[in-house]
Amino acid sequence: MQYLVSVIDDKSNSGTEEEMAAIDVFNEGLRAQGHWVFAGGLAAPSTATVIDNRGAEPLVTDGPFVETKEYMAGFWVMEADDLDVALKLAAAGSRACNRRVEVRPFL
Amino acid sequence: MSAVAAAYRDEWARVVATLCRRYGDLDVAEEAAAEAFATAVERWPADGVPPNPGAWLTTTANRKAVDRLRRESKRDGKQREALMLYDDGPPEPIGAVGDERLRLIFTCCHPALAMETRVALTLRMVGGLTVAEIARAFLVGETAMGQRITRAKTKIKAARIPYRVPAAEDLPARLSGVLAVLFLVFNEGYLPSGPGADPVRPELTAEAIRLTRLLHGLISGDGDGRGGGDPGGGERGGGGECGGGGERGGGGERGGDRGGGERGEVAGLLALMLLTEARRAARVAPGGELIPLDEQDRSVWDAGLIAEGHRLVRERLASGVAPGRYQILAAINAVHTDARAFPDTDWSQIVALYDQLAVLDPSPIVALNRAVAVAELEGPEKALAVVDRLDGRLAGYHAFHATRADLLRRLGRGAEARAAYDRAIASAGNTAEIAYLTRRRGQLA
Repeated sequence: MQYLVSVIDDKSNSGTEEEMAAIDVFNEGLRAQGHWVFAGGLAAPSTATVIDNRGAEPLVTDGPFVETKEYMAGFWVMEADDLDVALKLAAAGSRACNRRVEVRPFL
Repeated sequence: MSAVAAAYRDEWARVVATLCRRYGDLDVAEEAAAEAFATAVERWPADGVPPNPGAWLTTTANRKAVDRLRRESKRDGKQREALMLYDDGPPEPIGAVGDERLRLIFTCCHPALAMETRVALTLRMVGGLTVAEIARAFLVGETAMGQRITRAKTKIKAARIPYRVPAAEDLPARLSGVLAVLFLVFNEGYLPSGPGADPVRPELTAEAIRLTRLLHGLISGDGDGRGGGDPGGGERGGGGECGGGGERGGGGERGGDRGGGERGEVAGLLALMLLTEARRAARVAPGGELIPLDEQDRSVWDAGLIAEGHRLVRERLASGVAPGRYQILAAINAVHTDARAFPDTDWSQIVALYDQLAVLDPSPIVALNRAVAVAELEGPEKALAVVDRLDGRLAGYHAFHATRADLLRRLGRGAEARAAYDRAIASAGNTAEIAYLTRRRGQLA
């Protein structure tokens, strides 16, 4: 079972040096225990581009598909047996990156 | 009570829990259990009640579940496969299950679900209340309540909320969350809110007691939550000027740091409920007005429930384990129900217990309830001084104004008392309490 753990923030790329170091330690733990799938930080939503190619030609729009004050500034994809395991990992992740996180299961 | 109704009360949770373990799906379990009981309603009057109704119901429900899964597997093999995934233990034979109901309780009260969702799901899956009954109890439309329960089941499945009793290190916090759900159900019965609500809802207090009894039986390991008479019948009482409405919604996930003490809290909560419920008949006048503790006719208190509550409190005291919040509240109610008449109440003991409670829970509500006892021990003037210091934090809380009003009245400060009654009435939600406060205000000189 995989879970998306989104890091919630109102800024992008705003981690301090200590936070980045804590995230590295946390990531190593994820790898060692077989929970690691993927992770990454994301640039600000203002850098996003929306493309709609359902019509005759691709329609390109500047900006994110929805404007919010807070957004996904980074994420992990984690492998976990169930939500209890995922929540424990997410709690440790939240501590490491010093941000709130959202846990959402993959289908 | 008919055989089916009795079996429903005794076996519903077990049937749902057993099927849930087997198929890993609350929806399948709930539907199959409901179908099995519907079949019993049809068959038992004609065929006779089976020798082991629980086993009959479980077997029948299992057959219904298999039928449904077979239909669905034809439609969607992948879904069927998904259903089987999150049973984390070895399969157990139908009927020989030790007790799956604990797993069911912990799943329904999972912290990833909103509090109101946990309450609804627990009442439906463990308590066996219908969606319509739960909707009525919480003054929500039936459709909205149905959706709330459906969404919860979908989340449990999609996010894979596990169906198991939490590991030892998580148990205290999780158990504390379960107790908060049960206490919330009890409080909604004990002091219902809303202008359309009855002054008390005995069906909710009875259900909360039944579920807490069940949990207590399961946690203390004596197998079955039943025993000790019919939990649903005959209780009245209710009154407490401690314990009840003030703690509404409190508790949350706190307090999981005392290991085995948290199990004692199950006994504490059960005792608290029993000692409160014991006073129900004396607590509301025939006209629907709340009767305060000092005016209650103690001869109509339920002696059986009081004896049971006192026994639980004594057991906890004898255990020597430091008591948690519910145990202290139960002890306070034990002191109240120990007094033959209001003036016989051991107020110094009650103040001492509130002091102990304040260490665990230094909230202004605890300080307010303590002040009520201080008024009896040291007089209303001392108590008023304490209460007035809580003003900033409790200004929106009806019991704060009601307590102030009563103290001012006793001190002969009529005009101030009237203003305080006005504010108490404006912020109170319970019809019986409003009637009582209105009468008191009318009696002011």
